[in-house]
Amino acid sequence: MIEVPALLPALPEIILAIGALALLMLGVFTGEKSLRTVSALAVLLLLAAAAAVLPGYRDTVVTFGGMFVSDSFGGFCKILILLGSALSIIISVDYLERENLKRFEYPVLIVLATLGMLMMVSSNDLIALYIGLETQSLALYVMAAFSRDSARSTEAGLKYFVLGALSSGMLLYGSSLIYGFTGGTSFSLIAAAVSGSGPVPIGVLLGLVFVMAGLAFKVSAVPFHMWTPDVYEGAPTPVTAFFAVAPKIAAMALLVRTMFGAFPEISDQWQQILVFLSIASMVVGAVFAIVQTNIKRLMAYSSIGHVGYALMGVATGTPDGVKSVLVYLAIYLAMNVGAFALIIAMRRKDGATESIADLAGLSRTRPAMAFALAIFMFSLAGIPPLAGFFGKFYVFIAAIEANLTFLAVIGALASAVSAFYYLRIVKVMYFDEPADAFDVNTGRGITAVATVSALVTLLFFVFPAPIVGAAAYAAQSLFQ
Amino acid sequence: MTIGLENYLIVAAILFTLGIFGIFLNRKNVIIILMSIELMLLAVNINLVAFSVFLGNLIGQVFALFVLTVAAGEAAIGLAILVIYFRNRGTIAVEDISQMKG
Repeated sequence: MIEVPALLPALPEIILAIGALALLMLGVFTGEKSLRTVSALAVLLLLAAAAAVLPGYRDTVVTFGGMFVSDSFGGFCKILILLGSALSIIISVDYLERENLKRFEYPVLIVLATLGMLMMVSSNDLIALYIGLETQSLALYVMAAFSRDSARSTEAGLKYFVLGALSSGMLLYGSSLIYGFTGGTSFSLIAAAVSGSGPVPIGVLLGLVFVMAGLAFKVSAVPFHMWTPDVYEGAPTPVTAFFAVAPKIAAMALLVRTMFGAFPEISDQWQQILVFLSIASMVVGAVFAIVQTNIKRLMAYSSIGHVGYALMGVATGTPDGVKSVLVYLAIYLAMNVGAFALIIAMRRKDGATESIADLAGLSRTRPAMAFALAIFMFSLAGIPPLAGFFGKFYVFIAAIEANLTFLAVIGALASAVSAFYYLRIVKVMYFDEPADAFDVNTGRGITAVATVSALVTLLFFVFPAPIVGAAAYAAQSLFQ
Repeated sequence: MTIGLENYLIVAAILFTLGIFGIFLNRKNVIIILMSIELMLLAVNINLVAFSVFLGNLIGQVFALFVLTVAAGEAAIGLAILVIYFRNRGTIAVEDISQMKG
């Protein structure tokens, strides 16, 4: 008699897996016209999965032979990821229809990638980690090349595939070494094996470095960031919007889970690596974005910089640090979804545009859009009282309390440099001679998402308590 | 001479390094990059199976089977992307994959 593992903790993943297959069948049988139906159902499916996260939110349950853990840290990240995916589907549909990319595979691929992300944040074993990461990555490679008649999109897909496969290879090589020198792949077993009084085996440290290199690729931390600008620029804009939000959150959560789950006792070993990654990402993200003329490429460097700030929170190794990372990710989600909704809305009669110069004089032709984009740019730059300021504030406080003051100082300096290129966009919109006006018909989905995320960004300081409290509670569950 | 764990690990390390160098040094053909990726994954499998035998537990062999499965899927997706790329550009030379820079 084979014992059936407890399935209930994995309910959100099961809902997504079955739902994705059902949506695929629906799309196949109703044909090309079904993009809107499948998209609407996919959004409902993602929200249903988010609702399924809630009942088990407070408990820590381990199932599937210790490979899968459901706790409030995972629950918090899962809700962010599911919201990010659902919002990116909502802002994509109009664009796909106008750019002649009306294929129902798009929402199905997002659901499948999201399934991989949920498995990533719940993984409690190197095998589960690898399968979740690949479920996500394989769907993302296809999405980058989604506009299959465009040379730039296919080039982005090819570059993403080659570098993504390379990073998976490094992660796997590291996993094999960790397995060999600790005798198991489960995080708790690895943690027990490295917590002894003797020196840590050199093989485990080598494996840890390889695993961190692989994960740094996935969060696009410098020096493993080289794929990000090209993929962000080449992929269709809605795909870029999705890439900037959900996979970043999932990969960051996976990094936190791996470091705090499997290597809590040797935090001094991985902290220095994270400090280096964090400084390099913040500096490169701030400096290289200055010369960009394409707004998608600029957002790529911006996201590299933001990963640097989030890594600062992980590098502290404290519950407060994890809390600050979770708050940062939640705010990052709101800012980026909103900014990308407006970038998707940049379109003229003759098609979509993505050059910063095309935003010139937007305050006179489209005042509401210019105001919303200005809010997101100020928030990304970290100017109080907008949400982005509080994200950075909590991370800096956590870093100072963990005696990493120099890291917080470098972060503040990088933040000042990056304010230059965010404010340049505001200057172009408000003080330059107007360029040709954008198409007024932006679509209800984009307007709604941009409005809601602008309100969240603007009013976060009035009611920060629920998000900060939930993040603090979620961070505690990693330290029991 | 007896063949010990070290010998297997050294072979795997050499194959893995060859795979990484194959990706970065090759300027000719994207297919060679796909072969290099496959080489890296197979090096990992040698590691996993060798460790599994010498540790006397089965986890490594189960892991190796998962890696094989995922590698097959990865190769399929890589070749599919390569085909649509070739349709657009008419070439798969590595030097030509440089429309976007900076």
